[in-house]
Amino acid sequence: MQLLGVNYTLLTDPLSLFFLFVILLVSAPAAIYSVGYMRGEYGRGKKALLWALLAAFVLSMALVVTSGNALVFLVAWELMSLASYFLVVIDHRHERSVMAGTIYIVMTHIGTAFMTAALLIMSNYAGSFDIAAMKAASASIPANIKDIIFILFLIGFGTKAGIVPLHVWLPYAHPQAPSHISSIMSGVMIKTAVYGLLRFVFLTLGIGPQWWGNLVLVLALVSCLAGIMYALMEQDLKKLLAYSSVENMGIIMLGLGASMVFMKMGMPALAVMALCAGLFHLLNHAVFKGLLFLGAGAVYKATGTRNIEHLGGLIKKMPVTAAVFLAGSIAISGLPPFNGFVSEWLTLQAFFYGAVNSGGSYKIFLCVCAALLALTGGLAAACFVKAFGITFLAVPRSKAAQSAQEVPLSMKAPMAFLALMALALGLGAPFAVKYISVIAGFAMGVPAGEAPISFFIKTNWIAAAVLVFAASCCYAARNRRAAECNTWDCGYYKLSPRNEYSATAFSKPLRIAFSFFLMPYSKTEKIRDSFYHVRSFKYEVFTTPVFRKYIYAPAVSLLFIAARKLKKIQPGSIHVYVAYIFVTIVLLVIFMGRF
Amino acid sequence: MRDPLVILQALVLIAVSPLVTGFIRKLKNFIRLRKGPGVFQPYYDLAKLLRKEEAVSRDTSWVFTCTPYIVLGTVLAALFMIPAFGPGISFDSAGDLVALVFLLALGRFFIALAGLDAGSSFGGMGSSREMFISSLVEPVVLLAVFAVSLAAGSTTPRAVASVETLKLSSLVAAGALFVVTLAETSRIPVDNRETHLELTMVHEAMVLEYSGRSLALIELASHIKQVLFYSVIAAVAIPFGNYAAKMAAIAIAVAVLEVSMAKMRLFRVVDLMSFSFVLSVIAVVISAMGF
Repeated sequence: MQLLGVNYTLLTDPLSLFFLFVILLVSAPAAIYSVGYMRGEYGRGKKALLWALLAAFVLSMALVVTSGNALVFLVAWELMSLASYFLVVIDHRHERSVMAGTIYIVMTHIGTAFMTAALLIMSNYAGSFDIAAMKAASASIPANIKDIIFILFLIGFGTKAGIVPLHVWLPYAHPQAPSHISSIMSGVMIKTAVYGLLRFVFLTLGIGPQWWGNLVLVLALVSCLAGIMYALMEQDLKKLLAYSSVENMGIIMLGLGASMVFMKMGMPALAVMALCAGLFHLLNHAVFKGLLFLGAGAVYKATGTRNIEHLGGLIKKMPVTAAVFLAGSIAISGLPPFNGFVSEWLTLQAFFYGAVNSGGSYKIFLCVCAALLALTGGLAAACFVKAFGITFLAVPRSKAAQSAQEVPLSMKAPMAFLALMALALGLGAPFAVKYISVIAGFAMGVPAGEAPISFFIKTNWIAAAVLVFAASCCYAARNRRAAECNTWDCGYYKLSPRNEYSATAFSKPLRIAFSFFLMPYSKTEKIRDSFYHVRSFKYEVFTTPVFRKYIYAPAVSLLFIAARKLKKIQPGSIHVYVAYIFVTIVLLVIFMGRF
Repeated sequence: MRDPLVILQALVLIAVSPLVTGFIRKLKNFIRLRKGPGVFQPYYDLAKLLRKEEAVSRDTSWVFTCTPYIVLGTVLAALFMIPAFGPGISFDSAGDLVALVFLLALGRFFIALAGLDAGSSFGGMGSSREMFISSLVEPVVLLAVFAVSLAAGSTTPRAVASVETLKLSSLVAAGALFVVTLAETSRIPVDNRETHLELTMVHEAMVLEYSGRSLALIELASHIKQVLFYSVIAAVAIPFGNYAAKMAAIAIAVAVLEVSMAKMRLFRVVDLMSFSFVLSVIAVVISAMGF
């Protein structure tokens, strides 16, 4: 189809179809969930607006991953960003929403600017915005220009993906949207950046020198560690999940980076395996992060708070939400029998076989990458023990949590579906990996069937068997006599929810151990009746947001200083403006004549 | 022929696992010139706990009830994945050494949740510290596993155990694993199993609410986990020789270390783990050089 000289052909290759599948897999349950979630929360008009925006958002994402023309891609990308911006600020009465929306729209447009630059350079060589033509012309692009295009793409898509240090918008924007939108944003939208990298760098530009892959690997590792450390320190449930998205995007990018490196080292089969691990983690993360955001939304709906310090004991009030949230927590911690385990294991295996087949210092580098991924996994487990344990276990810490009620079926069913998907993708991993390796092979330009994943293990089934064994043992022992008693309180007999361990306390050892990065500081405030008697004691602890404080804050203040300087050329006098126009025209005429 | 051997090996290891704990305790008392309980005391403890009535806090949920079975289940499953008595005596398709780490982490995930479940400060503190230490332990274990597997070209236990010669990289990796094992099995200098009152406890604080049969299951699980780790070290460090002798050597080393050291402050554990991380990096470097 042609219109205005633009080709609107849609792509239906394996890569596009895979991303389309991921988009629909999360969006459909989220849409059903929104029926129950919006009830009582929003008025009639706003509900209609939310539905319209949701449709626009999902359709624009679908267009992003299927358009065969870079111009259409850019338009769809912009539509996607705008639709999600309006969804972020839909609760505009919150002041935080407006700020989150502003940060989001600024960051996302910075990203789009870099992408546009890269696409313009490429189309200049191709003479067309058609992706197929760009691919054909990529051989004629000199190597140093290719490097520049790659960096532009990396910054552009990295902003959308939330790669550290471009992640700052993510923990603001994702939590502020309504929960079903958060789940689509975190589960799916940020994945379109991975699509962009695969489509434009892997398939169109071609994989360049080895430092490209190394750069992606290093950035991915930083994202993993920084993301999970911030998530650990977070008390806001949805913000915690948003930071953990940064971490998981890092794990996905590890797969991408490793595949670029292995391709250049002449190990195509291993490159396919690494990319397959990354893409599988992308699918898995979409499922369990979608699930966890829906769960967090259910908690918010039932209690009206997102601060886990005020929650607790919800497992008894909301058993279904608790069970699915636990499933999501196990999956995201990379533990068997759920799907997160398989993709993390595959990534580790890719690193291992890469290390076996490479020599010298690279061997050590890949092993250390794997070790840092393992550290990330350990920290993620700690983070989600905190998230689940403080929110759902023990005794309610507030009245709101005390009076929480289970959410309606329209919210439970989509969450249960996603939890079952997480389990199914875990248990049926060999099956899923077979298909995803075909997609990875397509993206790497390696014929399918060469994927070397023949050594599949059954740990998932064993872990599932352990869980079933435990459940049946509990069921068999349900009638055993057990004395019911109070929690051990050292004979104090007045244990209250205030004695419980809090989320802040839970993460304290890690806050101290990683203080070189988190730079925590605390404030104490004592209100005294007299010198001897302290009536109340307030203790607050903060961590320093390194990237915001040392990169973004100086950049923003520089921007304002520059703006203030530039203001001087706008004195408000019409004569000066006419002079500007005249000078511009003269310059343009000279320019036209010379070039 | 192999399958019955694997099952027999697992049964033997389950049966002797409390004995290893009893042996270490006896040794420690011997060094301290005390008499101490007999080596079979852990068996008597388990038998006593199994007979006792349970007391369960009314604030707990099903997570608390299920956890002992999950913890025991994961270590039992892990038993089938390690070739203790000799190369090849393990189910390869069950999982490699990396998967073993993740499987044990599943049990730890649940026991940490159970610590939070009753709502006492002790439990929460235990869980917090356990997850803190374990997240530092994980990269060390993985790197040590990689160091010994690099030469074999595969992370399956069979391939790792099939390296018949004594290798320097494996020895260093075993050293790193030994330090990590002290943490994983709640030994001094990381944790102390003998204390029950102090705020220094980690594992014991987490399981403080358990009693009776549930406690027996958790105790048995930690006995088995200890044997599991010792077996891995034994298989990695010296790929030949008598299994029982190697186990005894490790047990003696642990006992001597426990008697001669004081428990570290929690934040000193970071240094210890960094030390073992460096050890395992060195193991990888040596392995990359081909030794």
